[in-house]
Formats: sequence, C-alpha cells, structure tokens
Amino acid sequence: MQLIAEDLIIERGGRLVIDGLSFAVSAGETLVLAGANGAGKTTLLRTLAGYIRPSAGSVRCDGGDDELTIAEQAHVIGHANAVKSSLTVFENATFWSEFLGSPNETDGHIESALRHFGLDDLAEFPAAYLSAGQRRRLGLSRLLLAKRPLWLLDEPTVSLDVASTERLVSAVNDHTRSGGLAIVATHLPLALERARTLELVSLRMAA
Amino acid sequence: MNSFWALVRRDLRLAVREGGAIGTALGFFLIVVSLMPLGLGPDLNLLARIAAGILWIALLLAALLSLNRIFEADYEDGTLDVLATGTLPLELVATAKSLAHWLTTGIPLALLAPVLGILLNLDLASYPILVGTTLVGTPAVSFLGAIGAALTVKARRGGLLLALVVLPLYVPTLIFGISAVSAAAGPAGMGAAFLILAAISLAAVVLGPIAAAAALRIQLQ
Repeated sequence: MQLIAEDLIIERGGRLVIDGLSFAVSAGETLVLAGANGAGKTTLLRTLAGYIRPSAGSVRCDGGDDELTIAEQAHVIGHANAVKSSLTVFENATFWSEFLGSPNETDGHIESALRHFGLDDLAEFPAAYLSAGQRRRLGLSRLLLAKRPLWLLDEPTVSLDVASTERLVSAVNDHTRSGGLAIVATHLPLALERARTLELVSLRMAA
Repeated sequence: MNSFWALVRRDLRLAVREGGAIGTALGFFLIVVSLMPLGLGPDLNLLARIAAGILWIALLLAALLSLNRIFEADYEDGTLDVLATGTLPLELVATAKSLAHWLTTGIPLALLAPVLGILLNLDLASYPILVGTTLVGTPAVSFLGAIGAALTVKARRGGLLLALVVLPLYVPTLIFGISAVSAAAGPAGMGAAFLILAAISLAAVVLGPIAAAAALRIQLQ
C-alpha cells in the first residue's frame, strides 16, 4: 500500500498554507511532519484524512481496499481526544471498537489495547476523572482497537509522560513493522523506525 | 449496521447519564403550557378550542431547545472527526443521532402532551388523537432539526440562528399536526391531515440526514 500526494495546494481562510507539495509514503514507513507552528502540519493531515478539500492536487491510495476511501482506512488522532466524560474508560473503548472495527475482532482486543496504554486498571473508571495524559492515552488506544493500515497522528505526544510516549512509539513501530503506514506531526525527536522527515516551511515566514 | 446501532446505543446512554437536555425540554414544555391558562383567563371553552395549537407550538419550541445538542457535544470533543472516518456513511451517522434524539426527546414530549392537555381542558375524545399526531409528527421535528443543528454546529451561541433555520421547516408539521387534531372532532375525520403529517415525517427521516450530512462535511473543513 502506498499513500501518494501530488502537487497539493491548500488554502485556509484565504491564506495559502501548502503550495505544491508532493510526497509518497509506502507500507512500512513513517513520515514525520516537522515545521514551525502554523507551517500547515494539521492542515496537511486533515487534507490527507479527507476533511479539507485541497484547492489543487490530489491524494490517493495505491494498493489499499478500493471499496474504501482513504478516511475509512485511516485512524485520525487530532488535538481532541473524542472521549466522552459520562462513559467509563471501557465503555469509551467498546464504542470505538464497535464503531470503527470489523465484526471479526478477537475477544480481548479491547483489554489488550487498554493494557498497551496502561489503562487496564482504570477500565471501570468514569472518563470524567481522568487526567489530561490519561485521556490522551484513551484517545490513542483507538489505534489498537480497530485495525487500519494508515495512521494520521497530529501531535500525539501532547500531555504524555516519557513512559507513555515510549508506549506510543512502540505501537507506531509495531504498526509499520507489520506493513502499516504512519504520518506523525510532532515537535519531539521520537525514536521512530524507518522514518523520514518532511520539513514544512511556513509560507508566510518564507515570503 | 453494527456501528449504526453502536452509535444509537451510545447516544441513548449519554442522554440518560447526562439528563440535562431531556429535562430542559420537558421543563420548558410544562412551564409554557401551564402559564397559558393564567395568561388567557379561565374561559374553558376558549382553552379547549386552542389547546391543540398551544400544545403543538410549545412542543416545537421545547424540542428546539434541545436540538443544538445533537451534534455540538460531538463536535467539541473531537468525536465528530472520528465518526467521519467510520465505514458508516455520514448520512447514517446523522440518521443514528437524529433517531437517538427522537427517542430521548421526541417521545417523552409526545407522551407529556396529553398530560398537559388536562391543564387546557382538552376534549377527552381528542387524547388518543393528540398522542397519535405528536408521536407521528415528532420524527419530523428531530430529523429536520438535525439539518439546523449540523449547519450551526460551529456557531457559538447559535440558538437564534438555529431557530431561524429550523422553524420555517416546522411549519408544515405544525399545520397538519394541529389540523389532524381539530379535524378529528369534525365530520370528515382526521384521515387526510394525519396521513399528510405521516408523509412529512417519512420524508424528513429520509431527506433530513442527507442535508445534515452535507452540512457536516462543510463544518469538518
């Protein structure tokens, strides 16, 4: 599977954010998006996910499931965690597993996803009482709740401690090792394997 | 369909646990209808004549108060972004959320209407018809309301905008809901008006989610 972006031009609020960007990410690779605040990392990720329509250029996916759009093959982790405060940790995870996953998931995959992010002790705990880092980990556990080949992560390490960041990095590395793709926007030097860095330049500053 | 029912179940659970939206709508309905006789005076014939109209108008306004919650909470906590990446089309996401809104707000309002009819000296024979029309008419309220809720999801304090968008769409429901109740007392019976009301609801259930999904796609940009 390969994700290919060609000559992307993206405008936000009348301002040109990305001007003529082309890149390709193949199965097993991680692409790290770097760049100053406002350089267009989030905009690019939201375009790849299909939320934003580019002014010109295209994003396509070679070798994936032709029946599905890119968004339907992708996990998108944005700035918000999509965690409901009035549900418990386990209920949140169960909902996302049912909504995003395929019906033939094995038993216990919810527990193992929560365990990977160190939330297994908190399963019956209302999400309202989670700390910011725990909420983030619950949001990230979506990555393991349903199997999807493309991971689009927008600053996934926000409010994570060192140990949790390592758990995230190991999840991304396991994912790419088994043939998945990941695109990660981050400011931290993460120990990602098979990673390339794409440096986005802020057009306003460059001009 | 698994994910459709998962979403409906989650919304029902959230509505029960959070409770505020149902309480606000039912409370508003109760207050408006119970103030009406105080404002109009103790003329029982007058009250009986306008009871159906008052109940329907109060029901629509009460439902309006709860509409903004259909998508707003999910937009704010990022859930909507993730719902859009599901294999369930956004049209069915909107259907599931409107259905949950009808089950948690439309049905309780429809069931409260005959109770409040007592305050307005509603004719006893009209009770089953009133429950029938409100139950058949409220799906239109939820599914048309979803269009307005989707259009105003990003607007802070978008209540006025939501009302301006949605209330004109409610006019046919209001007219045929009331005329079904009043026609039932007349010689022709309620047949025609009731069937048109049912048709409006069915059309809203099909077309509302399509329009709401189109609006949500723009909001996600």
